[in-house]
Amino acid sequence: MKLLEVRDLTTAFMTGRGEVNAIEEVSFSLEEGQILGIVGESGSGKSVTALTVMGLLPRPPARIAAGQVLFGGRDLTKLSEREMQAVRGPGISMIFQEPMTSLNPVFSIGDQIMETIAAHERLPQAELRRRAIAMLDKVGIPSAARRLDDYPHQMSGGQRQRVMIAMALACNPKLLIADEPTTALDVTIQAQILDLLMDLRDEFGMGIVIITHNMGVIAETADRVMVMYAGRVIEEAPVATIFDRPLHPYTRGLLECVPSLTEDRARLVAIPGTLPEPARRPPGCRFAPRCLHAEPACGTAIPLLETLEPAHSAACFRARELASP
Amino acid sequence: MSDVADAEGIALKREHPARATLRRLFRHRLFVTGLFLFAIVAGIGIAAPWITTVDPQRLSMRNKFLPPGEAWVFGTDNFGRSLWARVVWGAQLSMIIGASVVALNAVFGTLIGAAAGYFRKLDNALMRVNDALMAFPAILLAIAVTSVLGPSTLNVILALSIVYIPRTARIVRSSVIVLREMEYVQAAVAAGAGHWRILRHHILPNAMAPMIVQLSFLFAYAVLSEATLSFLGVGAVPPTPTWGNIMAEGRDFMREAPWIITIPGVALMITVMGLNLLGDGLRDVLDPRLRIQQ
Amino acid sequence: MAGVAFRRLLSAIPVLLIVSLISFGLMRLIPGDPAAAIAGIAATPAQIEQLRRDLGLDQPVWMQLLHYYEGLLRGDLGRSLLLGKGVFAATMERLPVTIGLSLYALVFTLLIGIASGIVAALRQNSWIDQAAMMFAMIGISVPNFFLGLLMIILFAVHLGWLPSGGYVPFSEDPFGWLASTTMPAFSLALLQAGLLARITRSSMLEVLRQDYIRTARAKGLPGRRVILKHALANALIPIVTVVGIIVSLLLSGAVVTEALFSIPGMGQLLTQAVLNRDYPMVQGGLLLVTTFLVLVNITVDVLYAVLDPRVRYE
Repeated sequence: MKLLEVRDLTTAFMTGRGEVNAIEEVSFSLEEGQILGIVGESGSGKSVTALTVMGLLPRPPARIAAGQVLFGGRDLTKLSEREMQAVRGPGISMIFQEPMTSLNPVFSIGDQIMETIAAHERLPQAELRRRAIAMLDKVGIPSAARRLDDYPHQMSGGQRQRVMIAMALACNPKLLIADEPTTALDVTIQAQILDLLMDLRDEFGMGIVIITHNMGVIAETADRVMVMYAGRVIEEAPVATIFDRPLHPYTRGLLECVPSLTEDRARLVAIPGTLPEPARRPPGCRFAPRCLHAEPACGTAIPLLETLEPAHSAACFRARELASP
Repeated sequence: MSDVADAEGIALKREHPARATLRRLFRHRLFVTGLFLFAIVAGIGIAAPWITTVDPQRLSMRNKFLPPGEAWVFGTDNFGRSLWARVVWGAQLSMIIGASVVALNAVFGTLIGAAAGYFRKLDNALMRVNDALMAFPAILLAIAVTSVLGPSTLNVILALSIVYIPRTARIVRSSVIVLREMEYVQAAVAAGAGHWRILRHHILPNAMAPMIVQLSFLFAYAVLSEATLSFLGVGAVPPTPTWGNIMAEGRDFMREAPWIITIPGVALMITVMGLNLLGDGLRDVLDPRLRIQQ
Repeated sequence: MAGVAFRRLLSAIPVLLIVSLISFGLMRLIPGDPAAAIAGIAATPAQIEQLRRDLGLDQPVWMQLLHYYEGLLRGDLGRSLLLGKGVFAATMERLPVTIGLSLYALVFTLLIGIASGIVAALRQNSWIDQAAMMFAMIGISVPNFFLGLLMIILFAVHLGWLPSGGYVPFSEDPFGWLASTTMPAFSLALLQAGLLARITRSSMLEVLRQDYIRTARAKGLPGRRVILKHALANALIPIVTVVGIIVSLLLSGAVVTEALFSIPGMGQLLTQAVLNRDYPMVQGGLLLVTTFLVLVNITVDVLYAVLDPRVRYE
């Protein structure tokens, strides 16, 4: 049974220069308890994909131009804002990149966790408090009962991210989306947070989508990987396969840039050039202008995602030919 | 939301920064509207001797309480004086007072603010006095000062300067404090440049933007406060035509001749709104950190 | 919180000291002979001498200063020449009237300013936003006495709904008080309301962009709760810091509003004192009003600490 299935999702933004597709024909799916990694540079459309699934993009300027987001047998793109509110929390929840700014500075962390539960379940205050303490305990905040009344500014970045996780899991979601959950943290803390996410997956059995530009994070956590470039999915495979036999030249470039947990900026030294702006993407393959293997055909048509090996697909005209030694 | 599509990044042509600023100002709708309104009032004030034919103080009891019309554009007041002439000369006085207060603030606000911000030893003493002057309600202090000095145009200018210079100085001081710590200033200090040179070449030019914005709003406050003082009878002495005096005299004839109040009132409103729009535009373009719109 | 209050009280001491010095110095700035200026043109030399002695102006300045501070410590701010009673007593009679009027105006300011600022921010760039900001621009550009005059012409002279002036104490007749202060309070409030609407709008827009608003929505909170709890609690912080300035502007504006509507408050007392060269009253009244304002600002700072835990735990 698929937990989440995204089909041909296209999200467009109204800009000063007309409507621009931030992501195009994005398709992927996720099983219960599975961890899917989405990789790409900033601007590749990873976060827009996540926010579209959550229904958190401001509309306008954003608009879902095409596609479906199937979750628990329902198409989330068809739901009203009210119905979506019931999905956020107990259905899908999300943690963000910046633990320093993602918690409201003027409310205690206990208040922020308890109100999440209260928004979805009718419980007496004492029970809310008990649940909040239990969650803080689970994410590894020492002496949770005492820290419940602390304010975010009294905690370190790593602790705040733990609080964010506690809040996101407070309603037992079936799916957790983690958008760059460790990017803003120190290296040692990064590993702890990733371990925590894996442990909680084992305990709660929820599916996780982890969004990152860091191949090291993917190697540590993901079961499957999806690579995005300029708003499109360009390769998808089980994690071992990607590291073993990348098919797309861009993925190969990514892997060559010495990705590791210590690397925190998404600067791809091995690939010349930069990601094109959404409004000025080239015709044909988006990666062609930067690709060392591009030929004239690459500049005319967009290569579609094609299953080239079992459970391994890529969007490149020359993938097969380049892969064979 | 770092990944949300942003469609910036047009290749910018190189252009002289001052010209680029001017171009942006003149594309700013609010700024242009404000400049237009203010220019009308200022133009009328300057042209006062040529666009009025009657002495604003000449009484003509035969012609009292004439409504605005063909013969008398703005009508006449309770003494038969031409309201057009009085409002036009009132505009001149408002402009003179506004411009003088702005000039005094530009000079002394900069001097005090720069001294306090740059020389740490002076900071505490200067700012305590500054805080104390700012603690008084503005109009009350202005009234008290004019009452001590005696009511006259010059004393109104002095009183309003005493009220507003501390506020200008505080703005200059906070820019100077930030700029003083900048690396290029520290480099100039290390290179042995004198205090005066550092202030003049490195700090003050960069502290100008917030002050220019402040001065345009200050012009509005000065015009407004002057009208308030003369409305209360502690400004320029009647029969000198100031907008506040005209309105104060019109109070007793609200029923018969409301135009004596409404015409200078609208003139005052147009001036203040023009300056506020001008200030908003300047702030948006020169000092985007303080931007209110968007 | 008590810490914040204590620290602010301490820092207010030097400010109040200088404020009192300035108030003291003002009367000594009168050009020429202060006693002669106060006594007026019609006074005889003997009367002037008498006044000079009464006011202590015949003594050296340092003695005057000593007497002044000695008086302040005893709560004695001198006697009003015009009213023939103590400055403190006269102020205590009139200040409550002004405070009542200013509070009423503050209610208008907060209601109009905050509501229109929030609505404008939530509907950014819509016609509602543009109308609200246009209204705010007009608000900050209309002198309060002109607005008051227009309201008198419309509501008192033409429609006859409200009295054009006069004052009914609240303790005698609350409805009478409302009738006599509604126009003054509204005309006094509009400028500050415009100012506050602009500040609220930009503060709200800033807050709505913050990550924690996205977090609140990602938790599945209803939109109303996101705005009214998470956004507003943060947007109010910069708004509270300007309440002190607003109260100062209201007290300042009350001077002319009271003159316009014949309300026997502090503003009228001080204007009368100025026009009649009652300098002891001007000096003492100014000091008392300013002290009151400084206390208001300390209260605002404490309130700020209540709202923002980051300040509270400093």
